[in-house]
Formats: sequence, C-alpha cells, structure tokens
Amino acid sequence: MNKALITETDLHAYVDGQLPVDQHTEIEAHLASNPPEVERVASYRAQKLALREMFDPVLDEPLPENLKQLAAQPGAAKGLPARQLLPRWSLQRIAASVVLTVVSAGAGWLAHEQYDPAKQLAQAIPLARQAAIAHAVYSPDVRRPVEISAEHEDQLVTWLSKRLGTPIRAPKLGAQGFELVGGRLLPGNSGPVAQFMYQDATGQRLTLYVSTEIPANQDTAFRFSQEGPVNVFYWIDGKFGYALSAGMDKGTLARVASTVYDQINRR
Amino acid sequence: MDNLAILAELPRLRRYARSLLGDRAAADDLVQDTLERAWSQLAQWRAGSSLRPWLLSIMHNLRVDQLRRPGLSISPVDDTDLEVPTRATQTDRLEVRDLAHALSRLPEEQREVVLLVALEDMSYREVASTLGIPTGTVMSRLARGREGLRRIMDGQQPLAKLRVVQ
Repeated sequence: MNKALITETDLHAYVDGQLPVDQHTEIEAHLASNPPEVERVASYRAQKLALREMFDPVLDEPLPENLKQLAAQPGAAKGLPARQLLPRWSLQRIAASVVLTVVSAGAGWLAHEQYDPAKQLAQAIPLARQAAIAHAVYSPDVRRPVEISAEHEDQLVTWLSKRLGTPIRAPKLGAQGFELVGGRLLPGNSGPVAQFMYQDATGQRLTLYVSTEIPANQDTAFRFSQEGPVNVFYWIDGKFGYALSAGMDKGTLARVASTVYDQINRR
Repeated sequence: MDNLAILAELPRLRRYARSLLGDRAAADDLVQDTLERAWSQLAQWRAGSSLRPWLLSIMHNLRVDQLRRPGLSISPVDDTDLEVPTRATQTDRLEVRDLAHALSRLPEEQREVVLLVALEDMSYREVASTLGIPTGTVMSRLARGREGLRRIMDGQQPLAKLRVVQ
C-alpha cells in the first residue's frame, strides 16, 4: 500500500464518517503503522463528542419569547422594546460620543474665549474609555500583544519612564496569579501613555494603563466603569491616571486593582 | 414554506450561535438578526431546498459584517496568515484545558468549520456552500482548527502553520 495516498483530508473524512467505505481498509492499514496518527484521530473524535456534549443542552432550553414570535411570524417582535439603533460598542457610537464631546468642548471655547488644547483634549476621551479601547485593541492579540516582553522588564520600564518623563514601574501581581507579559507605549490625548499587560495561567489578560497627562486637581478615589465587554477600575493621583482593564468579573478585578493601588502608593 | 418551518430550526440556530460566540445574550442577538434578515430575504430562498443551510449561511454573513466593523471586542486575534520574520514577543505558555476557553481562542473562521462539522454533521461540501468558500479551504480550516484545539487543550501554542495535503 502506498502511504502517500493517505492525505490530511482523508484522515478528517475518516473521523467524520465521510470517507467512502472502500477506502477504510487503506486508512486503517495506515493507522496500524502510525501510532501518533491513531492518537490524533482519537483526539479529534473526542473533540467532536465533547463539543456535542457541551452545546446539545442548548437544544432543550426553553426558547426566548421574542425569538419564538419572530421565527413564527415576521415583524412579530416589533411589539417588543426595540434594540438600540447602534450596537452598544460600535465604533460609530464611540465616534458619536467623541464628536459630541469635541463639539461641547468647542462650544465651551466659544463661550469662554479661552482654549487650553491639552486640557480640552484630555476631556475628549475619558481615562476609563481610553484604557478600555487600548485593552480591546491589544489584549486579544495572540502573537504580538506587547512591544517589549517581560523578559526585558528592566529595559521596558526604563524606556517607558523616559518616554513618559517620569519614573513608572510595573506592579508585581504574581500573588494574584498574574504574570507580566510586557508593555507598550501608546498615544494618549496629548502625549505618550503606557500600557502593561498581564496574564494568568488560563490566558486571561488584564492591562494597566498609565497616563501622566491628567490636569491638576482631578484626584479621584477608586472608580468603576463598564466599557462594553471590558470592566475597568481607575483612579487619579496627581498627574497620574491609572486604569486596570480586563474582561473579568468586577469582584476579581477589584481585588487586583487594590493590590496595584497599594503597590503604587507604597513607593 | 410555512411559518413553523423556521420555528423548527430555532433550537439548532441557537445552539450554533451559542457555540460560535460563547455568550448567551450575544448569541441570541445574532439569532434575532438572522431571523430578521431571513424574513426580509425570503424571496432568495429556493423553494424545496433545505432551510437550515440557508439560515446558517445568513448567520455567517451577518458575522462577517459584524467582524468587518471594528468595535470593542476582546476575543483573541491570531493572524496566522501574517508571518513576520521576527521573534514572537509572547513568552507565555497557555495552559488551558477548558474546551470552551480553547474554542474561544481559535480564529473564528476555523471555529465555524469545526462547529458546523461537529454540531451540524454537515458534509464538507455543505459547509463550503454555507460559508461560500471552496471545499479545499474548508479542509484546511478544519485541519488547523482541530489541531489548534488539540494543542490549546494540551497546553501548547496553536500551530502557526499546518501543511494540508489535498
């Protein structure tokens, strides 16, 4: 038998019962002499079963009333509360709110005939939202999540401190189960800001956004903001704004945030 | 086609959407959008043809539209087709043994194929026509998706490239 005739496609077709019966003898002979391939076939079959077991229970769930009506009759769901015109976190929505803020900032300028660009721009996108957007942009990136990785932490911290013009450092969150992945420099409202990224053993990521462009006298205690799928705890301390973002539940994130807060204030 | 035909497909549409998106509310929103679009495009459904692949194909197209429109999303992005000759900056090892989490880490185009084959028992040709891609592409996504899932479950990085012999 010529083993080269067994292709990857044949192997999957065999797993899925889509291989013509007359080719079974060939593939079984191929498998008999290839234990790693046997293991692969078994693993793919187990995957299929596990997926069925995980999602089949959805079939038995009671159907949501709005879907039931809509499925049976077009327009039936119209009587139900209309969903928002734009998805809660569409770019258009963010853009619209930015435009509104810029417009009101512009109106303020006309009214007061004074214009401090840094101050006005800093109000354009609130800290929590800037941080959430940065989190949503970089944390899902499997391959290139950071500019400088944690193995060069010293260089990372030196570089970010230099670019931000003030010493900053990456808190240690090992006790909370999070290890530093690395960090990057980002454009803020008027200059550079920094982002540190952490990850736990399950691949869950969180980011700490550090801004030094906060106008004077804006200090806040811990605040929470939910920005679409991203939960954010943030606080302002002098010119520093810190925001910790993650797609994890509020309670867990709060515990990590208080650790970050303690470490920063201990210096 | 009578109204009950679409209703009969509802549980399976919900199962597929849930498996694709993970989140219950987002999945049901996608089903709702699918039903709305199905009613508005009913004229395009060929009478006598199977309803399920047509509905799944509408759902797929809606997802493609949603993904093209960048919003705030924290699902993993793994651009395996973009190979840059630099050392990966990521040193972390993934130790995920939870299937749902592993599934969410697969690129969506691979996840779709793996799920349609596993949950809907579709033939490769049916998957190809539902997603509007060649059968060869279905096979390469299936191979990469399954191998990716296996490696994530084993705590390894997904393979960057897996050669597929057609």
